[in-house]
Amino acid sequence: MSDIRISIANKVYGSTQQDDQFHHAIAELNFTVHPDQFVCLVGPSGCGKTTLLNMIAGLDSHYEGQIDVGRSGIIPSIGYVFQNPRLLPWHSVRQNIELVFAGQPKTELIDGLLDSMQLRDVEHQYPERLSLGMQRRVSIIRAFAVEADILLMDEPFVSLDAPTARQVRSLLYSLWQQRPHTVLFVTHDLREAIALADRLIFLSPSPMRIVSDIGVDIARDQRHDESRIEYFREQLLRHHPEIDGLL
Amino acid sequence: MRLSCSARNKLLALSSSLLLLAMWQLLALALHSPTLPTPAKVGHSFWQATVSGELPYHLGATLLRLLASFGIAMLLGCAIGILLGKNQTLNAFFDNWLVMFLNIPALVTIILCYIWFGLEESSAILAVVINKLPNVIVTIREGARSLDKDLLEMAQSYRFGKRKTFVHVIWPQLHPFVMAATRSGLALIWKIILVVELLGRSNGMGYQLHIFFQLFDVAGLLAYSFAFIAIIQLIELTILKPMDRKIQRWRR
Repeated sequence: MSDIRISIANKVYGSTQQDDQFHHAIAELNFTVHPDQFVCLVGPSGCGKTTLLNMIAGLDSHYEGQIDVGRSGIIPSIGYVFQNPRLLPWHSVRQNIELVFAGQPKTELIDGLLDSMQLRDVEHQYPERLSLGMQRRVSIIRAFAVEADILLMDEPFVSLDAPTARQVRSLLYSLWQQRPHTVLFVTHDLREAIALADRLIFLSPSPMRIVSDIGVDIARDQRHDESRIEYFREQLLRHHPEIDGLL
Repeated sequence: MRLSCSARNKLLALSSSLLLLAMWQLLALALHSPTLPTPAKVGHSFWQATVSGELPYHLGATLLRLLASFGIAMLLGCAIGILLGKNQTLNAFFDNWLVMFLNIPALVTIILCYIWFGLEESSAILAVVINKLPNVIVTIREGARSLDKDLLEMAQSYRFGKRKTFVHVIWPQLHPFVMAATRSGLALIWKIILVVELLGRSNGMGYQLHIFFQLFDVAGLLAYSFAFIAIIQLIELTILKPMDRKIQRWRR
């Protein structure tokens, strides 16, 4: 169980304002994600959501501020589901999952995850022979397999057709219920965010700031009910007009 | 009866080889000159040189030089190529060197190595390595520059560590470049080795070809050449192609 404490003063690309590449990506972003909380970051395309996840994952350290994950002094383990699956094409599905273990791969854990994502029969296939939906499921398994302190998910269902996205989303959700993690999930699909999250953080276009931070009070067992999701969405848009332009 | 595609291709290759042989035979008969012996005469020369042990001895000497210089050039070239491909400062610093070494004529390197280090086996190997090394470096450097950043980030976020990242993420991406360097390397190195042997060794293919030139023995010259080409083909068919197939099996 880990929390994520984010306190970023500034994140800019380019060295000076005169620089052609200058871009002020993030300004004064402060929030904490509590242990086992499922938080969705909702914001327009290009606002800096992926940049933020990369900073949390340690892939980008050029910023002013501080990001702490878990207890101080301990390097946190992170499961990252990228926008594109980023599987190694020369390794089979199973090998791709096994590689994320520092020591001996946990066979039973991998078997269980493959079963829950309905991928057991393709475990020895190469990723390029699978559909995009299946590749995304493999990348989700990989993130869960490390039994990480936190899970970062960057629009993992983008470019999937609606039925496939719904199927993978419900598989992800049941997996998360079996194995709760602290999750930071990026999306610009409000219905998806409501269906998954405990808490929604709405972000402005760059420089990215928090516009609204709203809890989702739909009981977990009622998240499959699309009319409830739709009702919550309408209420949200009615009571928080400031988020309307961000979707 | 319809032939399968691969059987048809094999038949085509066989008939083209037979056609070449027939043309050679006809031309040799028409010219009737010692400068173009018939295939049968070349075959006879090959057989005699093999039975006497001369051909295996000289061929073996050249192959050993090929193995040593190729191994050193590939190992060093891969290491330096990856380093230059991943480090822009080093690349900017050494790029001039690379361009210079790429453009030094092979003959100059060979002569200089013999003058500076003597007519030794090590000078011969060094001359071949110096000739081949820049090509390997340039090819592998291009590979290292085009590494998939997304996959490297994935490895970093899952804390693969240096060894695991190299073995599972970097090396498989470099494979096509290594194979290209290997193939062009084999073709280039053996040609350079012949010049090295011709200029300063007392055995090997190059030395023998020099003797045949002095004696105007075209049959011997062709017999040795065909034997060597056959060996290189054998390396391609029994080592490189199967290796390539095995490593590329994940591709659709």
